[in-house]
Amino acid sequence: MDCGLSEKPGGNTVRQFFLLIMLTVLIGTAPAAELRGTGDLGVVVQRASGQLLVVEHSNNTRLAEIDGLGDLSHASVVFSRDQRFAYVFGRDGGLTKVDILTGSIVKRVMQSGNSIGGAISQDGKLVAVSNYEPGGVRIFDADTLDLVADISAEYAPGKVSKTVGLVDAPGNRFVFSLYEGDQIWIVDMTDPQRPDIKRFEDIGKAPYDALITPDGRYYIAGLFGEDSLALLDLWHPEQGVRKILKGYAKHDEKLPVYKMPHLEGWAMAGDEAFLPAVGQHKVLVMNTKTWQQEAGIEVHGQPVFVMARPDGRQVWVNFAFPDNDRVQVIDVASRKIIKTLKPGKAVLHMEFTPRGEHVWLSVRDDNRIEVYDTQSLNKLAELPASKPSGIFFTDRAHKIGL
Amino acid sequence: MPKALLYLTLCALTASASAEAVTAQRQSELHNLVHQDCGSCHGMRLTGGLGPALTPQALAGKNHEFLFITISEGRAGTPMPPWKMLLTKPEIEWIADYLKSPGETP
Repeated sequence: MDCGLSEKPGGNTVRQFFLLIMLTVLIGTAPAAELRGTGDLGVVVQRASGQLLVVEHSNNTRLAEIDGLGDLSHASVVFSRDQRFAYVFGRDGGLTKVDILTGSIVKRVMQSGNSIGGAISQDGKLVAVSNYEPGGVRIFDADTLDLVADISAEYAPGKVSKTVGLVDAPGNRFVFSLYEGDQIWIVDMTDPQRPDIKRFEDIGKAPYDALITPDGRYYIAGLFGEDSLALLDLWHPEQGVRKILKGYAKHDEKLPVYKMPHLEGWAMAGDEAFLPAVGQHKVLVMNTKTWQQEAGIEVHGQPVFVMARPDGRQVWVNFAFPDNDRVQVIDVASRKIIKTLKPGKAVLHMEFTPRGEHVWLSVRDDNRIEVYDTQSLNKLAELPASKPSGIFFTDRAHKIGL
Repeated sequence: MPKALLYLTLCALTASASAEAVTAQRQSELHNLVHQDCGSCHGMRLTGGLGPALTPQALAGKNHEFLFITISEGRAGTPMPPWKMLLTKPEIEWIADYLKSPGETP
C-alpha cells in the first residue's frame, strides 16, 4: 500500500521507520497490552451520577469511570474471587457486573424495585441480593446473572418483610434478617436448585443491619427497636438466637439518630468487638468470649461505621448527620481517642488498604476522596470524585461476610 | 450554571409564602440535605428505602401539616428522628413544600 507520502528514492524506508515508531508508541500505551494484577484495585461509588470509579491504591490514582449504573444511593459492592469483577447492588434494584480491568459493564439486570446490598457465596458461584421491594432475597448465577432462587421474606400469611444484613457464611450459606418480621433466616445453597431455609423467629425488634464475624461463626443483628443485639452461633444453630448487650443504653437518654449505623465491617480486635451504639454518642466495647459490654467510649456523634484497622490496633469511626464532617481514631490498647480529623463535609465511608497502612475516606459533599497514613495520621493524597459514598477494595473478595 | 439558576428559580416559585425566609443558598443546601441525608433512609431519589417513599405520589394523601409535624417531631416507634433541633421552622416548611412539588429533580 502506497500512501503517497514520498516520491523520493529511499522514502519508503523513512516511512517504514516512522510507522515502526508509531506502532511502538501505540503498543506501549494501549491498555489491552499492559498486563496488571487486580489486588491493589478498588471501586468508589459516585452515588449521585450513577457512576463507579475504578481506583488503585499502590499509587492512589483513578483508572476509569464507568457510567450507567442507575440509582446508587446506599450502593454496595462485592467482588468475584478472581478479583476482576465487581457486583454492584444499586438502590433501584439494579444488579450490575463490572469488569474493573476493562472498566466496562459486563451485564446488568433490574432484579427488583428497591434493594439494599448483597453477598457472594463461599464458592463464588452465586450472588445474592437483599430486597426491600418485593421483600426477600434473590440469588443469581455469578457468571450469567441468571436467577437461581427467589426467596420471598413472607414471615406471616400475606406479610412480606424488607430484608437487611445479608451476608455469606461458610457452607455456601447466606444469612439475613427480616426488618418487619423480626426474624433471621439461613439459606443453605449447597444444592442451588433446592435452597434449604432455616427460620429463627422473635429474634428482637426491628433488626436494621447485621454482620458475620470474620471467622464466619457468629451472625449478629443490630436491633433498632430495643437496646440489644441478636446473636446466632452458626456452629450451633440448634441453640437458637440469643440477645446480647441487653439494655446497653438504659441509663442514658436516647438521642435522635439521623443516619442508621452500619454493622458491616464491624471492628473485631483481639477478643474485643467495637460497635456503634444506637441513640448514644458512644462506641461500645464488647468481649467476644463473654458477649458482655466492657466499656463505652464517648465519641463525637452518633457513630455510623466503626472499623478496625486490619491489624486491630486502631478503630476508626465516622458519624451521622450533623456530625459527619469528623472522623475519630481510637487507640485499641488504651481505648482513648488519639485523633479527631476534620476531612470535610459528609464523610460517608472508610476503607483500609489490605494491610492497613493507609485508609481512604469518601467526603461526599466536598466531592473528593482523601487518603491518610494510619501511622502518622497525616493526609497523603486527595482524589476528585463526584459525591463519593462507598469505597471497596478487591481484598474483600477473600473475606467471609464482605 | 443556567441549569442551576433555573433550578433555584423553580425552587423559589414552588416555595410557599411561609418559606420565603429561606435564602436561595440555603434552599440549595436543603435540597442536598433532602436527597443525600434524608436519602440515606428514604433513597436518594426519595423512592424509599428502610423508610417509606417520599415522592409526590407516595405523599398524595398527606397534607402540609402532617409533613411539617413529621419532620419536626419525628415519628415515635420508627427510626424517623425529630429535625426541629437542626432546622428552623421556615426550613421545615420549605422541605414539606418541596416534597409535595419537587419540580425538576437533578
